[in-house]
Amino acid sequence: MGNTMNINLKVWRQQNENAQGHFEEHKVQASPDMSFLEMFDVLNEQLIEDGKDPIAFDHDCREGICGMCSMVINGRPHGPKGGVTTCQLHMRSFKDGDTVVVEPWRANAFPVIKDLSVNRSAFDRIISSGGYVSVNTGNAVDANSVLIPKDVADTAFQAATCIGCGACVSACKNASAMLFVGAKVTQLSMLPQGQPERESRVVAMVDQMDAEGFGACTNTGACAAECPKEIPLSVIANLNREYYKAKLNGK
Amino acid sequence: MGVLSFVFSSSLGRKLVMAVTGISLIAFLLVHCAINATVFFNDGGETFNIAAEFMGHNWLIRTAEIGLFAGLLWHIIQGIWLTLDNQKRRKSKYGANPGSANSKWYSRSMGLLGSIILIFLVMHLKHFWVVSRFGMPHELGHLEYASGEHLENLYVEMVNVFQNPVAVIVYVLGCIGLGYHLLHGFSSAFQTLGINHKSYTPMIQSVGVAFSIIVPLIFAIIPVAFHLGLIK
Ligand code: HEM
Ligand code: SF4
Ligand code: FES
Repeated sequence: MGNTMNINLKVWRQQNENAQGHFEEHKVQASPDMSFLEMFDVLNEQLIEDGKDPIAFDHDCREGICGMCSMVINGRPHGPKGGVTTCQLHMRSFKDGDTVVVEPWRANAFPVIKDLSVNRSAFDRIISSGGYVSVNTGNAVDANSVLIPKDVADTAFQAATCIGCGACVSACKNASAMLFVGAKVTQLSMLPQGQPERESRVVAMVDQMDAEGFGACTNTGACAAECPKEIPLSVIANLNREYYKAKLNGK
Repeated sequence: MGVLSFVFSSSLGRKLVMAVTGISLIAFLLVHCAINATVFFNDGGETFNIAAEFMGHNWLIRTAEIGLFAGLLWHIIQGIWLTLDNQKRRKSKYGANPGSANSKWYSRSMGLLGSIILIFLVMHLKHFWVVSRFGMPHELGHLEYASGEHLENLYVEMVNVFQNPVAVIVYVLGCIGLGYHLLHGFSSAFQTLGINHKSYTPMIQSVGVAFSIIVPLIFAIIPVAFHLGLIK
């Protein structure tokens, strides 16, 4: 390590869902080229060597596609940089000697499992309530037999880039899941394959979202500002539109 | 009721109520502001009183007024409920929370701004609405103009009320609260209604900013001008 950085961490420690959590201070030496998660790996090895309990945090792909690496860093989901996940954040975004506060996503709907790791199965239940399409079994249809205008495909694709990380919920003052649900509903409602369940889907997903204890959207825009995939607020407007149309049709 | 019960039960339904009642209130403000601005004619309140007389006695407008009050009440009750309900969604608070990093303070303070408007509104309704509907409390009740018009003199009520500096301050604060409430609320209502479009939305946002500055400013200048004796 050429130029080492000294980082003062204040990390949230919480034994389990019902335990009282607290901040714990740690000093870590890191390279500016490390990712934020690698810095945590260094710290955890140190803790294990010292015979202490390592800090639990979620991660999987470490390349910005799985959405697991949930950390609120200095009050910002995935840290200070826009359009990245925690695994894509590098220590060079901080200064030598910085104090960095790291916390879990906080929302009643995302209970803490341990330390920085939270249970996001509420999202899974929203998806299983309606985030699917019905397909016929048998031979695969020729792809070109279903025509989709380019701009529609682009908008649906943009919405489909949502990785289900939950940063939107963690950033929202109301812990609302509207950006996530908006992204899923937009993706599926725009494509021909999503038409059969179009109206029942949006109602079922919104009902499930409410039942999971997420708050109501007040359009502050914090979600879209913090989304690592830069899902736009327009998916929420689209969700509203889809929902009201379904309700008008008596769904 | 049936399927329509979602306006009470679902988060999106409740938001729809906020947006529809909010936009109705915006429409009301436009008319109210235009009528108030007639005091700047400096004609001793003649135009203003004629307009107020029309608004107070036209059956269509009186009917709309009932709807407006119902809407306002619904907006307030549901707004307070929405705010309290949303506050419960994160029991464990963040240690570091730089709210300004990702949203505007006024968009996060709609409940507070609404409450400022509400305090002003109680005072305001007592000053003018109660007086105009249930009779003047003093001698200046009616006035005859050169044109032969014989009208209730709500204008003189303004002159009286705005002698009091406390009233002027509450009115100005109420207008500032309203301005910020609308700075978020105007465009937010369209987003809630599902209108988000790459060319319409910037237009709605610009109109929203202009409305949120101009309308509350006109409202706020009136009490100040009366207090300083600039309107005769
Ligand atoms: C003339 C007075 C008022 C006008 C013109 C007005 C207008 C609006 C508008 C346009 C919205 C946006 C709706 C949406 O986002 O869909 C809104 C939201 C809201 N208003 Fe009002 N309002 C007024 C008075 C009040 C009062 C007295 C309260 C009292 C508590 C209040 C509380 C709220 C709340 C809590 C919201 C929801 C915040 C949000 O969704 O962002 N408002 N208002
Ligand atoms: S909308 Fe963005 S922030 Fe929310 S879950 Fe999807 S990718 Fe994450
Ligand atoms: S670990 Fe997969 S997105 Fe960060």
